[in-house]
Amino acid sequence: MELFNLGIRSIFIDNMIFAYFLGMCSYLAVSKKVTTAIGLGAAVIFVLTVTVPANWLLNEYVLKEGALSWAGDTFATIDLSFLRFIMFIAIVAAITQLVEMIVEKFAPALYGALGIFLPLIAVNCAILGAALFMAQRDYTLAEATVYGFSSGIGWLLAIVALAAIREKLKYSNVPNGLKGLGITMLLTGLMGIAFMSFMGIDL
Amino acid sequence: MSTETTAIEVKKPAEALLSKRRKGLVTDPLVDSNPVTIQVLGICSALAVTTQMQPTLIMAISVTFVVVMSNIVISLMRNTIPTRVRIIVQLAVVATLVTLVSELLKAFAYDMYKELSVFVGLIITNCIVMGRLEAFALGNKPYDSMLDGLGSSLGYSWIILAVAFFRELFGSGSIFGIKIFDAIAGLFGEDFSLATNGLMVTPVGAFIILGLIIWVQRTKTGYVEH
Repeated sequence: MELFNLGIRSIFIDNMIFAYFLGMCSYLAVSKKVTTAIGLGAAVIFVLTVTVPANWLLNEYVLKEGALSWAGDTFATIDLSFLRFIMFIAIVAAITQLVEMIVEKFAPALYGALGIFLPLIAVNCAILGAALFMAQRDYTLAEATVYGFSSGIGWLLAIVALAAIREKLKYSNVPNGLKGLGITMLLTGLMGIAFMSFMGIDL
Repeated sequence: MSTETTAIEVKKPAEALLSKRRKGLVTDPLVDSNPVTIQVLGICSALAVTTQMQPTLIMAISVTFVVVMSNIVISLMRNTIPTRVRIIVQLAVVATLVTLVSELLKAFAYDMYKELSVFVGLIITNCIVMGRLEAFALGNKPYDSMLDGLGSSLGYSWIILAVAFFRELFGSGSIFGIKIFDAIAGLFGEDFSLATNGLMVTPVGAFIILGLIIWVQRTKTGYVEH
């Protein structure tokens, strides 16, 4: 029940885009068509579900203060948490590379759909942001997995909704200076207001 | 010795330290090719810290430091980095610099470190950093790369400071923590007491303010996106 609650919260209330502005770059750049938006969203869900638990293991058994105590008493007092940024981003980059290779080898059809997005994802703020939030909030392994998965769903929801609106927007007469980025920011703001109505939901 | 120097001078006269082209490297990204409003880069981690001026200023300084330093480092290494692994090398350099910034903040400005929390770390994935490394530092000399990094990060800084100015003024009625709205009410009497807008403090306020700034800025430069 706790986990379910966390999942709902990560999708709707602590939404990656509307509450923390994470992954805005690809959110703005790849939201012109619904089909590509779904592809990128699916890739983000996949990578988040894999990298957040992987980073959790790294944080718990290598980086945290006293995490190295399994290696003997001499290591028990070592605190490597200052290496967090560089290790997390290395894990993210390595896993996206690995996922790309595996998908290319075993599921060429899926690679056709997701392939071009995977290298892009390595530098998506949402992935690193989720890992850093996970470390900051002291999640357990189960919580970290649920958090990664449902944050991905929240991100997919946001980008697909925006892509659908932008497809319709092609037929409307937007002022010149507002075309493209400007109107997209205003739209995201309005969508954010809609998402604010979920605030305070507690299961 | 003397023949050597003349040979170089004949081939190419040394460029002035602040030639027109180099000034352009710094000034172009301020308005005409602004990284945020025109190139759509680096919006990710920036907006979250813009509820108040002070953390925004710290963020702007940190980003400027990271962009300039990483541009210099990558530019110095540009002939030795194999193309296939360049992304990893860039990430390693940027992550090291960000770790440095984070540790400095932790040591000398712990309150700010707490307030910025994960967003200092997210400078690593700020698209401006990687974008400038890919587009400029990999193919240019260190001094030019430094100027280019400085220009881009200043262009980014003034945008987020502008967003923070409006959000703090209308959201909390203050600038850098100085209560402007209260001062106005005190000066002209209670009739002039202004109400703050709670929406500005929420993320929604950031989206709308940035959207409006982009509108004004693009109308002035005449840039139209198709």
